[in-house]
Formats: sequence, structure tokens, C-alpha cells
Amino acid sequence: MGHADVAKPPSLNASTTETKMFSNPTPSQSEIRLDLAAIAAGEPVEAVIHEEVASEESILEIDRFALHYGSFKALHDISMSVPKGKITALIGPSGCGKSTLLRSVNRLNDLIDGVRVDGDMRLSGDSIYGRDVDVIELRKRMGMVFQKSNPFPMSIYENVVYALRIDGQRNRRVLDEVCERSLRAAALWDEVKDRLHESALGMSGGQQQRLCIARAVAAEPEVLLMDEPCSALDPIATQKIEELMDSLVPHYSVLIVTHNMQQAARSSHYTAYMVLGRLIEYGPTQRIFQNPKLPETEDYITGRFG
Amino acid sequence: MVEPRPRAARAAHGGGTLLSAGEPVVWLMAAGLGLALAMIAGLLAMILWNGGATFWPRALVEVSTSDGRVHLGEVSRHERYRPTPEIYARLDPEVRDRAEHDAAAHEGTLGRTLLRTANYDLTGTHFTWIDDFEIEEGGRSEPEWGVTIERLEWGRFYGTPTRAVEQGRTVAEGTEDTWAWFEEVHPRLRSLWRQKRSLETHDVGRVNHELESARLELREAELREGVPPEWIGAWGELQRARQGGSAEEIADAEARVDRIENAGFVPTQAFREAVAEFESREAAGRERFAEIVGEVESLSQRMDGFEVVMRTADGTEAPLEVADIVRAIPQNRLGIVGRLGVYLSRWIEFLVDDPREANSEGGVFPAIFGTVAMTLIMTIAVVPFGVLAALYLREYAKAGPMISAVRIAVNNLAGVPSIVFGVFGLGFFCYVVGASIDELLFEAKLPNPTYGKGGLLWASLTLALLTLPVVIVATEEALAAVPRSMREGSYACGASKWQTIRRIVLPRAMPGIMTGAILAMARGAGEVAPLMLVGAVKLAPELAVDATAPYVHPDRSFMHLGFHIYDLGFQSQNSEAAKPMVFTTTLLLIILIMLLNVIAVWLRTRLRRRFAGSQF
Repeated sequence: MGHADVAKPPSLNASTTETKMFSNPTPSQSEIRLDLAAIAAGEPVEAVIHEEVASEESILEIDRFALHYGSFKALHDISMSVPKGKITALIGPSGCGKSTLLRSVNRLNDLIDGVRVDGDMRLSGDSIYGRDVDVIELRKRMGMVFQKSNPFPMSIYENVVYALRIDGQRNRRVLDEVCERSLRAAALWDEVKDRLHESALGMSGGQQQRLCIARAVAAEPEVLLMDEPCSALDPIATQKIEELMDSLVPHYSVLIVTHNMQQAARSSHYTAYMVLGRLIEYGPTQRIFQNPKLPETEDYITGRFG
Repeated sequence: MVEPRPRAARAAHGGGTLLSAGEPVVWLMAAGLGLALAMIAGLLAMILWNGGATFWPRALVEVSTSDGRVHLGEVSRHERYRPTPEIYARLDPEVRDRAEHDAAAHEGTLGRTLLRTANYDLTGTHFTWIDDFEIEEGGRSEPEWGVTIERLEWGRFYGTPTRAVEQGRTVAEGTEDTWAWFEEVHPRLRSLWRQKRSLETHDVGRVNHELESARLELREAELREGVPPEWIGAWGELQRARQGGSAEEIADAEARVDRIENAGFVPTQAFREAVAEFESREAAGRERFAEIVGEVESLSQRMDGFEVVMRTADGTEAPLEVADIVRAIPQNRLGIVGRLGVYLSRWIEFLVDDPREANSEGGVFPAIFGTVAMTLIMTIAVVPFGVLAALYLREYAKAGPMISAVRIAVNNLAGVPSIVFGVFGLGFFCYVVGASIDELLFEAKLPNPTYGKGGLLWASLTLALLTLPVVIVATEEALAAVPRSMREGSYACGASKWQTIRRIVLPRAMPGIMTGAILAMARGAGEVAPLMLVGAVKLAPELAVDATAPYVHPDRSFMHLGFHIYDLGFQSQNSEAAKPMVFTTTLLLIILIMLLNVIAVWLRTRLRRRFAGSQF
């Protein structure tokens, strides 16, 4: 993608070769064909958000959120609402800012030097980036599962109850109960119930990732954030995780980043497509995959771009 | 399209040279490693051989020389030297013949033997050089009854037992009868001697401690009451007068005390009670002391007067007190098992006994204790300190020029000569911190310093400073190696920074921190120079832990194996005799450091096992 002149007119320009190469399925959609080069140059883009999203009760509101790594703007004015009790998938090509957006939800990006944000997010109506927010309290309301499983160097049991431990929970009965409930929720209980006090590092990769899910749900989070949780797993382990995600809703609300189209199509209720730090299209998964409003989305999900 | 290059061409020009395969570099690396290994193995072998052989009882040889003298002793070593021509001129023709013959056979050098002849009290020398050509034909033998006697004073004695004397009366004559008598009475006399020594050290020590603490309590009372020094002086004189002065002196001293009391100072009731308490305690102490002296005397009476008369090689007879004999070894009569027994018993003495004869004989137990105690205290001090510093540097401090400067400074600390740390320890710990502690807590003992001088604690802290950079650098690296994903996982669970560090980062970094501790220990245990300034001494039989309250005395001076080696090797009167001990002590120090390291490595392995585990 070449960098276009800054002086170029707004994004509905059809003069670049890339745009010409696409064939438009319907004439009405051709009007909103996007100019990617112009987007790269910093033109504003209005996301296409399907009306179904608005009808859902939302757990997380993202409100004109932008993020800079130093002088690089990684996220551009993203606004979207994540529905409660549903699985919402973030898809898009590498480097489009999906993971950055996800990590912004629990403010993990605060740990990186030189990160600056604009706009806000609200978790159940509470500001996330407000001035007086206690980040630690905020993170306690969310769970997160990372791309690479990261069990802590301690026993399986201690891994699961970690969040309770740091809250100072000492009551053995409570801990035992949470441990079992979380491991059952992560479909891991039967496999590990006899070795709860062995090191978590001796488990298989898929088990480790499910352990991380158990750890993330142990504190009853309002939102579960998953950052490509299956990218390092084989298909069988992936399938287990997907089944697990299914079983987590509607009790939990899940926001998942994935590279895997099939996974998004199979397991999510809503899908958001991002390109170059912008939200492009956001709607029910079925609509996005079968009848997207934007040709770019279709190109991406059918594998013609990305 | 680019023409594909033929495979053969590539193989011929690209892969075949020696350099590209890295072979020479591998050889270079192997050579480097080999050289390092050879040096280490060589050093260890030398120490092991020399140190291990020290206690082995070698044969006693008797040598008759051409000047008509006979020497009895252990061969220490044999060497060849280049003589000055004048030597030959002084020799008798027959001897000169032998010398010239020897020289002709060995490129003009002459052989000579260093014989440990001992008997320092008789001859004034421990060793004698004997030229090969001086030895008469057939003048070298191993007499059956050559006996080595290790005694408390004057070093070893070599000779043949001839007579046994009890209280001036000869009770046995002839070598074998005398030996039988000796073997019978020696164990009994030694056990009496041990009782006597225990009385002289432990019991007398306890009495001294009691007297000292009584004095201290009185001094504290004096300080509390603000008693004027003149009164204390006058009162002290009165005490001395009462103990052994004439009636006139007592009256004099009493008058002086009265005069001071009339001049304005009147001791309070509490102070008078303290004085009375002191007097009664002192009296009790003196009484106990007199009792001990009595017991010692009665033991001495039972011990003294048992003498074994030894005849030296040149025919002199010397009576030796049996109670003063540590060990008598008829080494030429001993088989391999007997010698092994002597060898082991000497090792045990070396490991568990106090030194004697200016450290060149006896054991090194106080030095072993001092080394281990100092190393442990140092480790306990340096590890938390270093870990805290590294945590701040790595986890909390904002990276920038300031932090880089601090890091460089820490690394440079590792290059400061250790004696500089010693000077710092002396100036800061002993003279500033120690002196302040003395003023606050041990005022009664002043002007005698308690903590205001070198001691175990200050030496340990000085070495802790010395090894601090090692711990900081190792810990920083261990912290940096903790994966970011672990920390993020913890933060995502709602843990604070400190919780993350304490529960995730530190446990994970612990093996690396242990590595730092091991390196610090090895560095600290082998360090000597700074210790000379801050508390290591030549002889300190009082350990830092003993049975007198408060049981732990970190203020005490201590012995250290490294310093002991230096002392033996360079400060000893009898350096030839001390030389084997230098090797043995070095061997012991190496073994000790190795043991400490093995323990630490074992701990680290246990820790690592907790974090080990396959990913899939």
C-alpha cells in the first residue's frame, strides 16, 4: 500500500489502483468503497455499524478511543459497544490494532512507555480512562487470556486462585470452591483434579491455556478479554477452547481477538473488522460473514485481502 | 528469470573452506577451555598432593655423616644445587672424592636432603640440610625405635625411649619396657591434662566473665548516680588496700574516701547497695577462683613427675613430661593400618582442636568456625540488600542517564581493590557505627571498645559491601529474564506492582538470585586483605558463639582460614614446618568453599525444579 499525498481529498476517492481492482457486488455499496491509501494517510473513516448492535445491552462502551505509541497513531477514534453476555470477535489484518484495542480495555498498555490515549471507554458505565480511576480495581473487574499461555510458576491450584490471593482471601473453603468452579468452567477439572498442587508448568499447552482461562474467570469478571487464545494451539485444543467459550456465555461477556476467520465465524455472536487502526465494520457475525455491507470486509473474510 | 546456479558450483566454492566451517575457531575455543582446565586441575592436584600428605607419618631415617654426627628425622625434601668451588677445598679427600663423583654424575650439581630433625629445645633448629656426599657408606637406616613425639611446646621430638621415670624414680629401663609403660600411663595423664585445661579455660573463663559483669554493673551504677571519678579512684584504692595492704594503708584509703564524701559527694542508698552487691559478687568470684586454682594444683600434682627419657640420635638424653605429650608415634614400627590411624587422628585434631605453637601445630577449628560464620553472616547481609537495590533499579527507577550512571558505578565497585573496602569498613563500621553503639549501649565498658573495633560482624558487613555488586548484577539479570507475559498475566488479574513482584517476579528470579549469592559467597570466603583491618586475627580461641551470656558475640575478633594461610606462610617463625600446613589449610579452605557452594547449588536446583516443566 503506497502512502498517498496528505493533500488528497477525502476517502471516497476512487482514483487509486487498489480501489479499481475491486469489483463491486452491488451499485449501492460502491458509493462507500474505502480508499485504504487515504486511510493510511490519516483520513477519517466512519465505521459501518449494523443496527442490531444497538439493540443489545452493552457491557463495554468504547467512545472515540485513540491511542498513540509515541508519534505513531495505532488506534483512530474507535467507537463501539460490546454487548453483554455475548462473544464479540475482533478481526483484521496483522498490525491493525486489534490487540492494542483489547489491551487498552484493561489498561495493560499503561505499562508501555510512550503510550498516549484520547477518548474513553466505559465498563458498565464506569469510566476506564477517567482521571480518578483506580487501575488495579478496574482490572479486577476483567479477566484476560493471552496469546501465549502464561501460567505462573506455582501450583495449578495457586494459579487459579491467584486473583483471590492478591485480594487477601485466606479462607480455604472459599478458595477450594472457586478453584473447582473455575476449573469446571474451563473444562479442566476432570483432567487436573488429582494434581491440583503440582506445578502448572508441567501441563500440556492446551491445558495451560485452559488453566489461564480458569484463572481469568476465577474472580467473576464482567468482561473476559481473549487475545488470540488459540494461535499457539493445535486444532483439537482449539476446538476445546471454542467449546469452552460457548459454555461461558451468557454468564460472561467475551471480547476476543482472533486471526482465524473460521473461529470468529463459528464461535462469536458479533464481529468487528478493523483495518489500520480503524473500526471498519461491526455487526452480527452472521451478517458480517455472509452479507457484509462493505466490500473490503468481504474481501478480507473471503481471503482476498489480508 | 535468473539462471539457477548449478549445485556443484555452489558446493565447490561456498562450503568447503576450513574457515567457513568454523573449525579453527572451534579448536581455539577448545584450546582455551583445555588450558583453563589444565591450570585448575594442576593447582588442585598440587594442593591436594601437598596438603593431603602433610599428616602422613613418613619413615624416620637415621643418617650418619662424615663429621661423625648422627641425625634422626623425617626427610622433608631432596634437591640439587650448584656448589661454589670453595666447598671442595674444605673437604677431606675421601669426602671430596664422593662430592666430585656426585657432581660429575649430575652436571656439576650436588644433591642434598632437608631433614626435619626437630628437637628444637636441644639443637635450636627444626631442620638440617645434609649433603649427599657427607653421608657415610651405609650410613642411612630406618631405626626400628625411632619415635616421633608431638608435644605441647617446642615442637616435635625425635628419639628413642630409653627410660621411664616416676617422681624421680626409674620404673622401667630399655626401649620396649619404657614404651609399654608409656602406653599405659599416657592416656590417663592426658585425660588429667584435659581436665586441667578445661578448668583453666572454661571455669576460669566463667569466673572472669562473672567478675567482669559484676564490675560492669558497678560501673553502670556509677554512671547512673554520677559518682565523681575521685571517689571511684579512692574507693578502688581502699579495695586494693583491704585485699592485701597494711592496716596503715587501709586507714589511709578510708580517710581519703571520707574526705571526698565530706567534700560534698555522698553516695545514695541505691549506690551503696550496688557497691555491696559488687563486693559480695567479687568475693564469691575470688573464692571460686581460689577453688579452681586448688583443683588445678591437685591435678598438676597427679600429672607431674611422669617422665619418659628419650635418647636422641647423637646420644643426648632428654626427659619429657608425659602429660605434655600429645601423641607418640613409633612410625617405623607401624604398618599401613597403623599409619592410617595416625593420619586420621592428625586430621581430626586439625579439624576440631585449637591451634598451638604459633598456629603451626594443633588444629584450626576456630578458623573454620570463623570462616563459615563470617561467610554466612555476609551472605545473609548481602543478599537482601543487593536484591532490594536491584529491584529498585530494575523495576521502579525510571530508565535514564541517572540509572545508567548508578549501574556503571555499581559495576565499578567490583573493581575497587578489596583493601580499600577494608579501610572503609574500619573507618565506617568500627570507628563510626561501632563507636556510636559503644557509647549508647556499652558505656560501662569504655574506654575498652566493644563494637568500636574489628569483629566478626563488621568483617561480615565489610565483605557484604565488597560482594554487593555481584548480587546486584546477578539479580538485575534474573529480574530482566522474567518473561513480560508473566507480569502482564499478573497485572491482568488485578495485582498491584508489588504483588506482581513478590508473587511472580521474585520467585521466578530466585534461581538467578541464588547464582548471585553463590558467586558472592565464593568471592567473600576467599577474601583476606580487608579482613586484616576489620577483625581477623592470628589467634582467637574464644568463638563468637559460646556458653556465656548473651551466647552470641558478633563483636569478637575471629580467626579466618585465609588469614591463617597468610599467617602460617609468611609470619611463621618455623616456616619450613609451617609450609605443609599452608597446603593443608588451603585444601581445607577450598573444600569448605566448595561445600558452601554445593549447598547453595543444591538449593538453587530445588528452586529451579519448581519452575521446570515441559511446555507441551
